[in-house]
Amino acid sequence: MSDQSFRISAGEALTAEKITEAGEKPSEAVATYAVRLGDDALILAQRLGWWIARAPELEEDVALGNIALDQLGHARSFLSYAALAWGKTEDDLAYFRDEPEFTNLQIVEQPNGDFAATIARQFIVSYYQFELYRRLVDSTNATLAAIAAKAVKEVDYHRDHATQWVLRLALGTEESRRRMIAGLGVMWPYVDEMFRDDDLVESLGDAAVLPSSLREDFDAVTGAVLAEAELEVPEGFVARGGGREGIHTEFFGPLIAEMQVLARAHPEATW
Amino acid sequence: MSAPGSNDTEPWPLWEVFVRSSRGLSHLHAGSLHAPDAEMAVRNARDLYTRRNEGVSVWVVRSSDITASDPDAKGAFFESPRGKEYRHASYYTESEGVKHL
Amino acid sequence: MAASANMARNTEPETVEDPDGRARFDELIAADQRVEPTDWMPEAYRKTLVRQVSQHAHSEIIGMQPEGNWITRAPSLKRKAILMAKVQDEAGHGLYLYSAAQTLGTPRDKMTEDLISGKAKYSSIFNYPTPTWADMGSIGWLVDGAAICNQVPLCRASYGPYARAMVRICKEESFHQRQGFEILLHLSRGTKEQHAMAQESVNRWYAPALMMFGPPDADSPNSAQSMAWNIKRFSNDELRQRFVDMIVPQSEVLGLTLPDPDIKWNEERGHYDFGELDWDEFYEVLKGRGPANAIRLERRRTAHEEGAWVREAAAAYAERRRQQSEKAQAA
Repeated sequence: MSDQSFRISAGEALTAEKITEAGEKPSEAVATYAVRLGDDALILAQRLGWWIARAPELEEDVALGNIALDQLGHARSFLSYAALAWGKTEDDLAYFRDEPEFTNLQIVEQPNGDFAATIARQFIVSYYQFELYRRLVDSTNATLAAIAAKAVKEVDYHRDHATQWVLRLALGTEESRRRMIAGLGVMWPYVDEMFRDDDLVESLGDAAVLPSSLREDFDAVTGAVLAEAELEVPEGFVARGGGREGIHTEFFGPLIAEMQVLARAHPEATW
Repeated sequence: MSAPGSNDTEPWPLWEVFVRSSRGLSHLHAGSLHAPDAEMAVRNARDLYTRRNEGVSVWVVRSSDITASDPDAKGAFFESPRGKEYRHASYYTESEGVKHL
Repeated sequence: MAASANMARNTEPETVEDPDGRARFDELIAADQRVEPTDWMPEAYRKTLVRQVSQHAHSEIIGMQPEGNWITRAPSLKRKAILMAKVQDEAGHGLYLYSAAQTLGTPRDKMTEDLISGKAKYSSIFNYPTPTWADMGSIGWLVDGAAICNQVPLCRASYGPYARAMVRICKEESFHQRQGFEILLHLSRGTKEQHAMAQESVNRWYAPALMMFGPPDADSPNSAQSMAWNIKRFSNDELRQRFVDMIVPQSEVLGLTLPDPDIKWNEERGHYDFGELDWDEFYEVLKGRGPANAIRLERRRTAHEEGAWVREAAAAYAERRRQQSEKAQAA
């Protein structure tokens, strides 16, 4: 086989290592904001990682693996950058913070459920992240803008992946449709929280993106897909939220306990 | 004769994947995969065959849609060009040493 | 000229004896050329390949589990990303190999069925459990190291699709062994507890890794035929020796010992001598009495069965779309 047929290369992109190396220290407020976005991506990656070797088909193991790796990459970039504000590392933030110090949106910590529930969560989160990163590319903070510039392209693909599956599950068989509707029903209560502004984002001005400003576009694009899938936008119960203040659902404790168990058993160690 | 391995009984059919590794090169056969339809096949191909920057473009085609030359007719099919050395530059030796030819 | 797609209907094509075909096949093997799917090949060659390539594919797929086990608990984000990429690669490698096997006429769902029903075999190394993080290091260094020794010669296997899949796999796997070595190196040079964790793990994986090359040549009846067909290029014992010669100096760099008091440089042979392996244990694990055999198969079966409704949904959607587009064209 000639080498021309496929080439392996690492590609040029912003990585957590490069951000750490650059060492540009963010303000406390920017760092707090970066932690939020980093936590969203980290917890989602943690949830998605579970699927590898459990997906409905082997091709889907690979697809979900790619998405999880993208999210983990975004998490590492945001957390590495934030950590510089406090003289810490991405691992200090990921492994040695307690539950109330995590400020991810509650939707990303929701259990995987069946494949339809995971797709419902992916559908909501990737459309949200896409709208967010698309705007964060213009952040006055150069590092946040650079992280968003890489992430937005990857999340665009996640959006497409979720859309393909929403259509197939909704319009596939009776069973898959029932499960897709149930999955959306479980995840949709956590949508409201994603678009709430607070003092921190308001104080950051053009360095950050106001969550409320994403809602209209989010509703329009997700609404169009749901309509094509002959699905209704779920209504009713709205979760109380509070993820940005460190309030979590009951699923979060076991999730970080598992994630942190080994690192915390050897607090002095490097790996 | 379709591509080897194609099989009508599988719930998700087999697709052949062709990857262009960089601009200016042809798409080359990379392997195959299973997918329910063309949209998913091209996405699965991206996920499976370009994880390390191997591609800038991907083609997929149903294995059963490929028409291949008949392996039993190999002799008849590929005999003709043999012996026609005059189609190759190396056949013309008298010009050896002459520049720009 | 296009013949009917006879392969499409039979899952296991019957090989009709064909003297011209056989002569051509023998010629190809003698000239060390590649055999391609549409060539005539002896039934035994086809069967050997289907068995070997599908076992290899199953091993990649089952092999995702002992490492996948640690994705959620990896002790740093960098290690988590590396491990996730590696386990995902294994799914990819399984797929490349299933594709290669399918060119011999056996569809993947048949191979999957054989795997989850317990009929098909896979490398017994994956029936050992991974209780500690250091096992991620040992699997990379020893198990992937042994696999690479086995696989590099397979890039020249006589069956074209298999050899091509192996080329791709070997290229991608070059990082697998290194990352395992690095995990162990960090542990060995880390805290006392980390060092002990690394040593304990290497103690458990050393012998099973050596057994990955298969039984001694004297007890390996199929090897000679596979070598004659250029599927296999080196004997089990040759490859095992090559592997030991590699890992002894590497263990010194790691600062870890290999659990075999008989390892000694033999000046005369120009190789390391090493002790007898406990083949009774190997055959026990091979028969499915390994510590994790039932768990691995159950996990694969569950994933496959619980995914059925998703696969059906996607197939139904594709059919629906096909009918819609047919209707649209007719109108």
